[in-house]
Amino acid sequence: MKTIYLDNNATTKVADEVLEAMLPYFNQFYGNPSSMHTFGGQIGQRIRDAREQVAALLGALPEEIVFTSCGTESDNTAIYSALLTRPDKKHIVISRVEHPAVRALCTHLSAQGYKITELPVDKNGMLDLEHLEKSLTPDTAIVSLMWANNETGVIFPVEEAAKLTHDKGVLFHTDAVQAVGKIPINMKNNVIDMLSISGHKLHAPKGIGVLYIRRGTKFSPFLIGGHQEKGRRGGTENTAGIIGLGRACQLAANHILTENVHVKQLRDKLERELLKKIPQSRVNGDIQNRLPNTTNISFEYVEGEAILLLMNELGICASSGSACTSGSLQPSHVLRAMGVPFTMAHGSIRFSLSVYNTEEEVDFVIEKMPPIIERLRGMSPFWSQAQQACTNQ
Amino acid sequence: MWDYTDKVKEHFLNPRNVGEIENPDGVAEVGSLACGDALKLTFKLDENKRIRDAKFKTFGCASAIASSSALTEMIKGMTVDEALKVTNQDIARYLGGLPDEKMHCSVMGKQALEKAIENYRGAPSLEPGAKIICECFGVTDKEIERAIRENNLATVEDVTNYTKAGGGCGNCQDAIAQILERVKAEAKTEVKPKLTNIQKIRLIEETIEREIRPSLKHDGGDIEIIDIIGNRVIVALRGACATCKASNITLKDFVEQRLRELVVPDITVEEASK
Repeated sequence: MKTIYLDNNATTKVADEVLEAMLPYFNQFYGNPSSMHTFGGQIGQRIRDAREQVAALLGALPEEIVFTSCGTESDNTAIYSALLTRPDKKHIVISRVEHPAVRALCTHLSAQGYKITELPVDKNGMLDLEHLEKSLTPDTAIVSLMWANNETGVIFPVEEAAKLTHDKGVLFHTDAVQAVGKIPINMKNNVIDMLSISGHKLHAPKGIGVLYIRRGTKFSPFLIGGHQEKGRRGGTENTAGIIGLGRACQLAANHILTENVHVKQLRDKLERELLKKIPQSRVNGDIQNRLPNTTNISFEYVEGEAILLLMNELGICASSGSACTSGSLQPSHVLRAMGVPFTMAHGSIRFSLSVYNTEEEVDFVIEKMPPIIERLRGMSPFWSQAQQACTNQ
Repeated sequence: MWDYTDKVKEHFLNPRNVGEIENPDGVAEVGSLACGDALKLTFKLDENKRIRDAKFKTFGCASAIASSSALTEMIKGMTVDEALKVTNQDIARYLGGLPDEKMHCSVMGKQALEKAIENYRGAPSLEPGAKIICECFGVTDKEIERAIRENNLATVEDVTNYTKAGGGCGNCQDAIAQILERVKAEAKTEVKPKLTNIQKIRLIEETIEREIRPSLKHDGGDIEIIDIIGNRVIVALRGACATCKASNITLKDFVEQRLRELVVPDITVEEASK
């Protein structure tokens, strides 16, 4: 069975070019870049190249790039650094729709006496900057807001948010894990202090991430050890991962137009046709300010896990915000924060595309989804009730 | 991804008895859209007062659909009294087990069955004296107590996995902890009367006959008592069980567990050497 992978916000395929760039650094050039001998030392040059490639995608300086192990490490590092460099400040501002890498950390910190403000979002998942402005106090150490939401693709106005935050003398971090590579980003045009990237969301492997730290920002390391990354992140470099991420950033820069034209067209077609063919379905999230690759659609009266497993039978991969997929009993915190009714949230499916998806694949999904929803609705007690209510009117 | 058994997957992909019986003898609806799962169960009796047909409609995840399908298969041919003895554990066992976080799906089946039988008998649907503990999911103290007793639950998290209570806002978690304490305290004071040897042997035989053999036979296996020495029960596994690689698990986790629950707690079950 062919796999149709529409779950690229969860993780992506390692690009062939990336894999090719990485392979020699496992068993051929396996030296330690910190070594005195040429065999190891020469890898240092390749790491410098990768750092430049990442910096180029972001419009940043190479020295502002710190390699980490993942997006979560980058997020944790950024927030802890802000708290450690401003020890007198005990207040953190995030949004209600942040990734667990930020949210769960803040829950943990609140138990240690920090005060957390979670900014609300509207029914489209959009942030109101007025709420941000009101939330800032002299005690605020850092504001951390995601650039784009992983579940809905909604893009926050982080550049304006950063300016507003800066004007009050507060540090600003953004989890840009979903945004980098999908929308153009230029750190020269904003005042964001720190930004997190995860390699495996942009066709590099898992286990490599980046924390961008603007030059001049006070910083306190999270992993303390060797002198790697100029003392900003101890631990022997993940050389193959770093080189792979560099190559992936180069590819992403080349693909950004394809992403915003071709991938967007496929996403739009998928969304349009599914909404047309499946009654009582709707899109979650602001469709104007959204990543080009993501659509989150709710199918009323059916449950997301059941939908996913029937899709799975056909080799179609996607995600759901339903309670049952997470093991918790409540549907996704993102959809709840948006006030999506439970009846809709339980039946939400996220499709996230990449440049490797084809029109044939999208057409196949368009053909297969309506019977899946119909089949489950045929089993659902609410569907027959809803139908009856309609005919009675 | 959930670790569903093949049987759960099979019942999810090919659910039995989907639909609604017209003019049913018993009908019940449990759960709600907000909860994330709901089940409407209908059944019809034959002239001998046995369940001739049972059908379901379920909104929920794969294990909710599979549990509903299993339940309708299990109760066909039973009298309502027999059907009332079906526990959520039986439903889970029929499916070869459910992940802990999904046990509430089997509990939902059990609840629907009870309510449908109450509906048939014309009894009130809310248990007398029951009080809602979990406002988010509408779970009563009686339901929580029963789940604790029948499944031997130890923590608030267990209770949430089995009944959903406490899984929403979390405000009732303290109340659940109190119920847990209370039920545990009761269990300690509940001393079973001491059995004579003859009574014990008879009870072991009856338990195997009534509680254990039917499930094994369902999977093409069988069990035979070879000897009972004190609290050691020596058995031989027959049919599919004799060649099953998991037979030791069946013996310890199911046969021994059941006998310990229903006869005396220090029973050990051994397989006779072949």
